Amino acid sequence: MMLQNDNLFKSLGDPTRRRVFEHLCLEGDQTVRALTERAGVSQPAVSKHLVVLKEAGLVVGKQRGRETLYSARSDALRPLIEWADQMTSFWEARFDRLDDVLKRMDQ
Amino acid sequence: MTVGQSRTQTVVVERDFAHPLERVWRALTQPELMEDWLMKSDFRLEIDHRFHFQAEWGEIDCKVMEIEPQRSLTYTWSAFDVETVVTFTLEQIETGTRLRMEQSGFHADQKHAFRGAESGWAAFFHILEQTLENY
Repeated sequence: MMLQNDNLFKSLGDPTRRRVFEHLCLEGDQTVRALTERAGVSQPAVSKHLVVLKEAGLVVGKQRGRETLYSARSDALRPLIEWADQMTSFWEARFDRLDDVLKRMDQ
Repeated sequence: MTVGQSRTQTVVVERDFAHPLERVWRALTQPELMEDWLMKSDFRLEIDHRFHFQAEWGEIDCKVMEIEPQRSLTYTWSAFDVETVVTFTLEQIETGTRLRMEQSGFHADQKHAFRGAESGWAAFFHILEQTLENY
């Protein structure tokens, strides 16, 4: 149940950041300006969020003229899905042990 | 690739134990028994009690959220700055006790969600699911 990609979880823990990421997933490539219009926070705030998302590998930016176009890399979310699988295995194994404990309590 | 929404959003493990409900409840709530199947902790069956599980790789910070004696128990479960919520639900069945463990993700930001439910994790995973289908 180790979280290999700590950054990923932290970066998506913030609702505004998640919203920015969602928006990129749904709408495709966007500029900071377009994202700011939707995010309801200031442009510098959006830029900061984009830096965090880039560091987590969730977003990539490419230069187009004077502007940077950002796009989502949703395959970067796989660790999140793997986390759910790991937690399921963790609890399954613990339930096996719980069964042993319950048997012992019976004696 | 299709990602089942329920699978990613919440981890659910359910099992029937051939033991009386009262015994299962004790195993879930008495630290000396919890240690034998789950982890060592300083748990107390008390609302708002903060405690830690000691895992081999570090500590898990927890806080008791809800107690319904012999029915359900909820605590937060934070590891690596990720806060999740674990809820155990017990149900008496003919053969013993049905125990359901539900671990839902990222509870913390539900409280200060940017735009309420629409930016919650449920919506997020729904979008993720749609996006991954295109890959």
